[in-house]
Amino acid sequence: MEIKYISKEGLNEWFSQIVKSGKRVYAPVRERGQVEFKRVQALSEVAEDYIQTTQSIKSSVFPRAEVLFSFEKENGKVAVEDFNPDAVKETVLWKVHPCDAAGFKPLTAIFNWDYKDKLYNTHLEKTTLVTFSCAKADNSCFCTSVNGGPGNTAGSDVQLTMMPEGGAIVEILTPKGEALIQLAVSAFEKDKGEDKSKYLVDVPKVFDVEEIKARLATAFDSPVWKEQSERCLGCGACAFVCPTCACFDIQEDAHGSKGKRIRCWDACGFSLFTLHTSGHNPRAVQSQRWRQRILHKFSYMPDRLSVLGCTGCGRCSRACPVDMNILEHLISIAKK
Amino acid sequence: MDKLRERAAALLADGTVALVIGYEEGTNKPRPLFCHTAEDAGKLIYDSRCINNLAVYLTKKELMGTEKVAITATIPVLRSILQLSVENQLNEEKILVITVTEQGELKEFAGFAEIESYIADFQLKLSGKEQEIIEKLEGMTREERFEFWMKELSHCFKCYACRAACPLCYCTKCIVEENRPQWINPWAAPLANIEWHINRAMHMAGRCIGCGACGDACPLGIPIQLLTRKMMEDLGPEFGFVPGQPSKNGNALSTWKADDKENFIR
Repeated sequence: MEIKYISKEGLNEWFSQIVKSGKRVYAPVRERGQVEFKRVQALSEVAEDYIQTTQSIKSSVFPRAEVLFSFEKENGKVAVEDFNPDAVKETVLWKVHPCDAAGFKPLTAIFNWDYKDKLYNTHLEKTTLVTFSCAKADNSCFCTSVNGGPGNTAGSDVQLTMMPEGGAIVEILTPKGEALIQLAVSAFEKDKGEDKSKYLVDVPKVFDVEEIKARLATAFDSPVWKEQSERCLGCGACAFVCPTCACFDIQEDAHGSKGKRIRCWDACGFSLFTLHTSGHNPRAVQSQRWRQRILHKFSYMPDRLSVLGCTGCGRCSRACPVDMNILEHLISIAKK
Repeated sequence: MDKLRERAAALLADGTVALVIGYEEGTNKPRPLFCHTAEDAGKLIYDSRCINNLAVYLTKKELMGTEKVAITATIPVLRSILQLSVENQLNEEKILVITVTEQGELKEFAGFAEIESYIADFQLKLSGKEQEIIEKLEGMTREERFEFWMKELSHCFKCYACRAACPLCYCTKCIVEENRPQWINPWAAPLANIEWHINRAMHMAGRCIGCGACGDACPLGIPIQLLTRKMMEDLGPEFGFVPGQPSKNGNALSTWKADDKENFIR
């Protein structure tokens, strides 16, 4: 890893060179009272002074709805047009938080578990992550309790730590990150030897994730699930804003002799998710679906994929219409 | 608030009800609370910050069980209860409705008829911000309005929080989950999204009580409550009901009467 310094002017220069290079640049933009990742052309469009975007960067590698292949039947012959990796454009995600970058690890594990998913892996290969370490947090943030942190570099290609005068400490972490720096080498200066940690927000560690994992191993029949989930409405807001939730459904959009097969987001909190054709539903009530959400993230994924399914970004808690606060629930599980 | 807590505790202690649905302090704002014991009732709160529409839980079989349930009802919750009762979704014998009046008095309703006379004094009002957007929309051409909604609804990712938070979206199988035939494209995309929201709004025609829970629940800040609110205003004079009062005429789009003024169907 190499460390450099970039001034405010240098940052502007680097950013405009990235845009000029033809890569698509997505960054947090304030619009309609929300901050979300949008395609941008200039650094001035990028939002400032917010805690977190409502949605994670998940959709850049796992789109809400993506065509797997399309088909057309003509004179008894079927022509199939497969997903074309060459059509996927090089993308830079700018001003990503470390908890979002950390989310790519569990996603990658899921999409390469027993089958290497061509679509996901193509998007990932063509994506470069420029993260900004966090100088701010709120009471929904708990990255440090799930092995992350406001300055965590896991998953980042480059990480910037902003300094009060508008310049930044630049950590170049991967060859992809190095390639991005090469677009404007002269904009970067020698490392000033500043300690990054003094610019990071303090997110206190509030539970031990190993302890939670140990408790969950015997908690399948615990009354805790019913207690915690009574107010849960069974919507998918938590799953859809989550950087690591990857439930999907495959649908067909067919008209006459041609059509498309589409992969789209789904959520294990929906009552229909596990409904069998027979009419039987193994997760018939919301408490079982809530249990699935927690066990999947904190027990099944660590067991099977050696990775946690939560990065402590807190989005699920912020998005929930009835304040299902995951941090509060995890603390209560840790105490049981 | 003390009176509410005392009364709820007493109802639970003497077994009058098995559950009290109310509000408690949440992370940043109040949230729904389910009291099973007199002790739980100590957490109850009731004030103007309590905006979740608790009536949404009254049609959930897994929560309601077979015992009597008490609910602390705000004005929108009272309206929802009446509309649910008109639609034969509630058992009057099994629900004890409690509210706190503007004077801070605890009021227990003897039955749904009493709620109806109580609610008649409350007019449905839009917030200033909502009124502003509606006026802006009314000033637009048809094309501009369509563009406004296409843009807003293109953000929708179909988490269905709007549906989940709505007390009148109680179908056990929603139209969007029907796949034989598949009426609505289930994935999130601009056209598929507008299909879903128009369908939802149409199913609410003449039934929506204007609580705004759908819009409050939307994590992406889409003002979807305006679709049904505006329709309430437009349907009022045509179908003879007052916004905010229960409609005994049923879903405006699924009823038919011999004396309907349109003659295309005759």
